[in-house]
Amino acid sequence: MNDTAKVVFQARGLKRFYQMGEVTIQALRGIDLALHAGELLVMLGASGSGKSTLLNIMGGLDSPSEGSLHYIDRNSRNHDLTHASQRVLTEYRRHHVGFVFQFYNLISSLTARENVAIVIDISRDPMAPEEALAMVGLEARLDHFPSQLSGGEQQRVAIARAIAKRPEVLLCDEPTGALDFRTGIRVLEVLEEINRTTGTTLAIITHNEVIGEMADRVIRLRDGQVGDIHVNAERRKPGELRW
Amino acid sequence: MSTPSAGNRASCAGDAMKLATLHWKLLRDLLRLKGQALAIAVVIASGVMTLVMSTTTLEALSGSRDSFYASHHYADLFADLKRAPLGLLERLETLDGVSRMEPRVRAPVRLAVPGFDDPVRGMMLSLPDGRQPNLNRLHLLAGSLPEAGRSDQAVVSDAFAEAHGLVPGDSLEAIINGRQTRLLLSGIARSPEVIYQAAPTDLLPDYRRYATLWMNQRALASGYAMEGAFNQLLVTLQAGADAETLIDELDLILARYGGTGTQTRHDQQSHRFLEEELAQQRAQATILPAIFLAVSAFLLNVVMGRIIQTQREPLAMLKAFGYRNGELARHYGWLAGAIVLLGWAAGVVLGAWSARGLAGIYSDYFRFPEMYFHVPPWSMALALAVAGLSALTGTWHAVWRAVREPPAEAMRPPAPQRFRRTWLERSPLGRALGNESRIILRHLLRHPTKSALSVTGIALSAGLLMMGAYQLSAVEKMLDLQYRQVMRMDIELTFGEATPARAVGELRHLPGVLAVEAWRRVPVTLSHGHLEYRTSLLGMDELPRLRQVLDAKQRPQQLPAEGVMLTRFLADFLQADVGDTLQVAVMEGRRQLLDLPLMALVDEPIGVGTYLQRDTLHALLGEGPSISGAWLLVDRAQQGALNEALNRMPAVAAIGLLSEAERGIRDYMDETILMFAAVFVALAASIAFGVIYNNARIAFAERARELATLRVLGYSRTEVARILLGEIALITALAIPLGWLIGIGFSALLNQAFSNDLFRMPMVMTPYAFGFAAGGVMAASTVVAVLVIRRLGRLNMVTALKAVE
Repeated sequence: MNDTAKVVFQARGLKRFYQMGEVTIQALRGIDLALHAGELLVMLGASGSGKSTLLNIMGGLDSPSEGSLHYIDRNSRNHDLTHASQRVLTEYRRHHVGFVFQFYNLISSLTARENVAIVIDISRDPMAPEEALAMVGLEARLDHFPSQLSGGEQQRVAIARAIAKRPEVLLCDEPTGALDFRTGIRVLEVLEEINRTTGTTLAIITHNEVIGEMADRVIRLRDGQVGDIHVNAERRKPGELRW
Repeated sequence: MSTPSAGNRASCAGDAMKLATLHWKLLRDLLRLKGQALAIAVVIASGVMTLVMSTTTLEALSGSRDSFYASHHYADLFADLKRAPLGLLERLETLDGVSRMEPRVRAPVRLAVPGFDDPVRGMMLSLPDGRQPNLNRLHLLAGSLPEAGRSDQAVVSDAFAEAHGLVPGDSLEAIINGRQTRLLLSGIARSPEVIYQAAPTDLLPDYRRYATLWMNQRALASGYAMEGAFNQLLVTLQAGADAETLIDELDLILARYGGTGTQTRHDQQSHRFLEEELAQQRAQATILPAIFLAVSAFLLNVVMGRIIQTQREPLAMLKAFGYRNGELARHYGWLAGAIVLLGWAAGVVLGAWSARGLAGIYSDYFRFPEMYFHVPPWSMALALAVAGLSALTGTWHAVWRAVREPPAEAMRPPAPQRFRRTWLERSPLGRALGNESRIILRHLLRHPTKSALSVTGIALSAGLLMMGAYQLSAVEKMLDLQYRQVMRMDIELTFGEATPARAVGELRHLPGVLAVEAWRRVPVTLSHGHLEYRTSLLGMDELPRLRQVLDAKQRPQQLPAEGVMLTRFLADFLQADVGDTLQVAVMEGRRQLLDLPLMALVDEPIGVGTYLQRDTLHALLGEGPSISGAWLLVDRAQQGALNEALNRMPAVAAIGLLSEAERGIRDYMDETILMFAAVFVALAASIAFGVIYNNARIAFAERARELATLRVLGYSRTEVARILLGEIALITALAIPLGWLIGIGFSALLNQAFSNDLFRMPMVMTPYAFGFAAGGVMAASTVVAVLVIRRLGRLNMVTALKAVE
């Protein structure tokens, strides 16, 4: 990954304050960051370091208090997310970005296929649900309900759901946080493969240092600021990771 | 050595602190749940209000009546006769069981009020010269009794005086036994025998056209050739006396003086009507609160249970801290208790307030010296017990289920609920469903009990709405039936006594008279087996047109040549079927005992009667053609000339205007039954809103995470709202037909409870009632939908996703 690659996200002086009663919490204290097309980025940080806040703002779930955030889509159109309206943010989430959560957040009343289809229903150029599920190795579990799937399988359905709309960016919030080691590795393999084969920009936040080894770049957040940025000379395969 | 008590004190202080903190939590929970808590409180308040309002009104009426009867010595028995000498009293007083007696003269009178052109009827009652009678004493509101020896003074009933603005000192023209007399009003009074001041043949009072007057005995007696005699005897019974025996003895003695049979209070119009009203109130106070309380108890149980289920996590947390199950159950019990108390208190206050308003309306119809008013403590206690129990069972059941789980289990994010494909989806229709519809459908089918309870809850409130609408439309239908189909005359004339039938020819020639139908009425006692009913035989034309006799399909019937027809309600009361023979004891003239076959039944909504051909009646009585009155169809344009002509006919004792009677009864219905119905409709609507709102809020709480997920995935607010609103709409749609069924059931119950010999509401379910029930719940759902959409707007995606549910 080199610096000339196209920028997908551009954050400048990003700050986020929360008013909790009479106390003001500074979740982000001025973040400058650029994300490049096709890169696999891992953001590391302890609890309260601001990594989830940053991901939420990048994902259009939240807006910064200060600073600016721009998103440049594959047609080089620049979207200013800094002060976007709720309607604009909804459109942004709908067409450009995919989410994977720690607790999967599947709709329990829908089968795997339908959980993927629910995103396809509102997308412009989606894959078939079967194709998305095949990409995460669940072609045999199409008609299973979440309650009939293991945690790892549920997370893979969530990934299939996130990639089915062919997003330019995939944001993952502790995707292995609720999984055991073996299942976690399997999920990371799926994510890595998607990044490698489709060129989807992938940002993973985690507090698991080891996962950083599979990234192009590792950003360490401390106290709402970027602590350091480390570029891996070589990405390790998820299968080689141990924790 | 440390003292053990110090440790105890510390632990006590700890307990107190813990309790206090829990109480704080309770208050905050209440504040947080304020929308839902208020909605539940509304449901409780509605049930409680119904009970308190009905029982308070009932007690106000019966208490006021009882105290008026006692303080003014209302008679137990009433014997009408033609004429008996006062000397007879000595003998009568020796009869067993007699406590006090009061002989008096009672005579119908026609009145003329200056400046009022319509005919006015009155009943003149005698008073012992210049003093209060022993029985049926007067409650003077103004002025005084007639002075002893004065023959030109009279006391008049208060409602009539009020209607004409009369005060003591004013005067009236009276036609006493055909002679015009000028009467000076000495006072204005109420009496326990005319609490309900309607003319003897009328259902409802017409204060401008009917009066009761009291005069000195001597003055009235001279007008009716009753000197030294009486034509009505009032009697009170000794405690424990056998009324039946005394009545038989009185009847035996009085028969030769033209006695028409001793009557009890039950046959007195005022008492009778009050009884019917009380019976109606009692029915109202039983059936409606029972339905309302049962519905609110059910809803309370369901809703409290579901609210507690949404408290799964805080419950687990408290348990993890070491709170005991009992403490938690108590804590949530208090939460439910606080809501119950709030609803109960509001219900009691609103119930008492509306009962006071109703008592005001009733005081216009029932003239008590004072309205006795208090909320019966038992009804407040009952309401509290029902509401409290249903809330607590709902709460404890849910708390118990929640505390049974190990705390760690409850604090972990819940495992995805189990779902499966349903038969509905395997159908071609189901396969065409979109994902949103699928989410809605599977969610409802995944929790069949919960969904069924939601549907039932809304259906119950729709049923309540329908019952209210039924009441409104049934009263309308009843009056239409009575005044468009049964009573088709404009004027009902009553003669002072039976008059030769040739009077009909005379009436035909009066100005403006278009048609005349004569009728003959004799008082009788009907018996069948051991059952008895006092009424009268009404002899009419073979096919009466001005006063129709209808069958069940509301077609006019012909009267049979032999035998009688009976109002269905009366036949049911006597347990008589068509073909049975009725024993008929005539209560005047030669007092024949007749056996008459019951030939057919009559369906009419107001009053009861026994009908036969006039000629048959003459033959049975062994009399020539004579009539008791006539019905007239008149040309309204000549009403004035007709009134004048009728006023000049001395034989005419009463002139009843049907349009006035109808207006009176409609006013009465509007003010009493319909007033109640309107209150109940408002309460049913509040219940509907409360239930739907709580359903939606709980559905929202249960779905917040999924809805937030969909928002994150790029669904717009409208699209997400469609899922939630779709669920509300589907539940409402399912509830409506069930609500109709429940509404028909409730209406039938109400109809049953409200049937008496004065009124019977027809069991008609109009499209209006169906529409009203459906419209009501749909309107409530719409309001709730708007509130839910607003809440959805505030849904914080980040928090909803972070929360483990």
